[in-house]
Amino acid sequence: MPSFDPVFLSRIQFAWVIGWHILLPAFTVGTASFIAVVEGLSFATGREVYARISVFWTKIFAVAFGMGVVTGIVMPFQFGTNWSQYASATANVLAPLFTYEGLTAFFLEAGFLGVLLFGRKLVPQWAHVFAAAMVAVGTLFSSFWILAANSWMQTPAGYEIINGAFFPKDWIEVIFNPSFPYRLAHTVFAFFVTSGFVVLGVGAYLISTKRGTEEGRVMLSMTLWFMTILVPLQMVLGDLHGLNTLEYQPTKLAAIEGRYDTARPTPLTVFGIPDDASATMRYALEIPELGSLVLTHSLNGEIKGLKEWPADQRPPVAVPFFAFRIMVGCAGLMLGLVALGGWLRWRGQLFDTPIFLRLCQWASPLGFVAVIAGWCVTEVGRQPWTVYGLLRTAHSVSPSLTSADVTLSLLGYAAVYLLIYPTGLILMLRLIRNGPRPEGVQEPGLAGHKPVAGDQSPVPIWVGTASAAKGDVR
Amino acid sequence: MSQIFDLVPIWTLILGFGVFFYVLLDGFDLGVGMLYGLAHDSRSRNTIMNSIAPIWDGNETWLILGGLGLLAAFPVAFAVIIPAVYFPILVMLLALVFRGVAFEFRLRDSEHRTFWDYAFCYGSGIATFAQGVVLGSFIQGFEVSNGQFAGTSFSFVSPFTLLTGIALMFGYALLGAGWLILKTDGEVQGAARRHGRICLVAVLLAIAAVSLWTPIMSQSIALRWFTWPNALFLAPVPLATVLLGWFTWRALGSTAEATPFLGATALFVLSYLGIAISLFPMIVPYHFTLWEAASSPRTQAFLLIGTLFLLPVILTYSGWSYWVFRGKVRGELGYH
Repeated sequence: MPSFDPVFLSRIQFAWVIGWHILLPAFTVGTASFIAVVEGLSFATGREVYARISVFWTKIFAVAFGMGVVTGIVMPFQFGTNWSQYASATANVLAPLFTYEGLTAFFLEAGFLGVLLFGRKLVPQWAHVFAAAMVAVGTLFSSFWILAANSWMQTPAGYEIINGAFFPKDWIEVIFNPSFPYRLAHTVFAFFVTSGFVVLGVGAYLISTKRGTEEGRVMLSMTLWFMTILVPLQMVLGDLHGLNTLEYQPTKLAAIEGRYDTARPTPLTVFGIPDDASATMRYALEIPELGSLVLTHSLNGEIKGLKEWPADQRPPVAVPFFAFRIMVGCAGLMLGLVALGGWLRWRGQLFDTPIFLRLCQWASPLGFVAVIAGWCVTEVGRQPWTVYGLLRTAHSVSPSLTSADVTLSLLGYAAVYLLIYPTGLILMLRLIRNGPRPEGVQEPGLAGHKPVAGDQSPVPIWVGTASAAKGDVR
Repeated sequence: MSQIFDLVPIWTLILGFGVFFYVLLDGFDLGVGMLYGLAHDSRSRNTIMNSIAPIWDGNETWLILGGLGLLAAFPVAFAVIIPAVYFPILVMLLALVFRGVAFEFRLRDSEHRTFWDYAFCYGSGIATFAQGVVLGSFIQGFEVSNGQFAGTSFSFVSPFTLLTGIALMFGYALLGAGWLILKTDGEVQGAARRHGRICLVAVLLAIAAVSLWTPIMSQSIALRWFTWPNALFLAPVPLATVLLGWFTWRALGSTAEATPFLGATALFVLSYLGIAISLFPMIVPYHFTLWEAASSPRTQAFLLIGTLFLLPVILTYSGWSYWVFRGKVRGELGYH
């Protein structure tokens, strides 16, 4: 059992803030591109329905993006507050990558976002399309740099170590380190698929509730085409990423497979209860030789088990093992839904099969589940290192921290995120329920339009009592 | 190449510029957030919030540049300073989260609008106070051993950091008042002029207090200020501050719409330069100089290539973004 020392608590805190944060890029990266495509189609064809779809998604995007910005600002400061030894050891190599992320992407997104959100009537349409495209490009640049940094921590390259700190030798090798191309492709596709399934589900909802049948059909049909290509491709990419992990991070792969003992040929462990203390897989359900076939693409390939490494160099097995199975399970469900959709389209019943529309709505969160599961696989699988094989997590933490310090900050992040995220979700669901109203019809409660009755509080906020403030919280 | 040129001065300038840009830009919108709490009716509140709604997130991203730029160019400083201000940073981040989401949530969540109104102005105020505490801790200095912070997570607490925290609240509110005078008219502008004058007086008092306290607290700063010939060069600084204070006071009472903001900005420039002159070349007062804390020349060179190309681009389209939303805001100005 882990002890509640500053290292473990800081890990929980990092997992907490990044786990919540990653949900937003997982949604906004794909949605930004979707909006840019729809804006482009609206500009090219002049069809009203595209403009309405763009306005509809831009509102939802704005809520998610605002949350993404503020939870994103939290991230770089974590390196300083909780991981200062990691920061000083890796800064010479990694900090420029993080900074390039901030420079190229965050600015590009945030700078053009204002025009995308507020400028529809202030700038010519081409400039608005351009702003939409720039926001989308910004999110992709962001992914590029942040995943380069993350990949370097998994498969470090192009560095030298002087006095316990990493220094760059070759930037091309640092950025294009062995796992980067696979991780970048797999993650960006995951983000596209995640947003794709949200759009799919919302489209199905708009059709089945008749809140926007025309818009819903365009969303459903268009996204289903995208998903038909992306979901199978993503599974191929995942397989390639796995082979790369086998080569460069064999302990992570062994944890994913739940393999303590080296075997040739290797069975595939479908399920089991891993026990790290005794290094055995209990109640293992195995399919002979399949492990070799999947991982080495031959029937007799050898897969090394965790016992090949000292106990203090092995990751915990349970989290990567189960999270990987959840991720693959999500992929299977998505593939099934896409196949069903393709069949219904061929039969000409895509828009009027209630059970399919219902399934699409239920499938909406699948991408998020898969992203979080995949994130757990790759990050917990890297343990006990922050830089794989070179810098231990236990040697990365800020030396001045006490358990009480980190408990306090963790409680703070927990409380705030547990208020912000459910509220954000409720508000996005409300925007979806409102549906894509025709242009010119303003929403009720819009700034300055119809002040809500009783809202004209005569007392300035600072003067109002604290109890009044509390009374407003649900 | 990188071995021939010393890149540290260039990075000092870029980082100094970036941090100042953050202070100025997020400073006025945090200040607007605090003044928001003094508005009497929802029409003024809408106007006040709309004056920064399209630009706040662009402004806030300069904080990322400041944090990451420090990590990339001066990692030793980052690894000491940030853990030393563990709780002020935590409080600042949480407060920024609250005020940031309030922009969207306030519009969409009308049943709890009052709650998000509170979140917006208290969040702005608390984030500002925390930043002031970080500034105070920085001037105050840190305990260091083996290149890592050696104090506790509460070492930052002192009357001095409390003073700088409160001082920055009035400072940002002054900038915010200047911005509102520029962007609004009528009642909202009138209120901003009155609030601006109160903030100005508080800011000048705070500058005086910090200027008296700092040399008492730090011998090295006292030496720098009061030895010949430095004293001769530095003598005009307090004089310029007083003149600027008087100029801004008059501008706040006149019909001028841009000068109050310019006056407030100039006061920030002077204070910022004052701190820089006092501490140079220290980046971790009083332990590491800029050169001792710098990252490797290869790191600085790699980042410089992209930064020199990207920074002008960023400034250009930030400028474009401000241009698109130029002129007076109105409460009902189309949102989305």
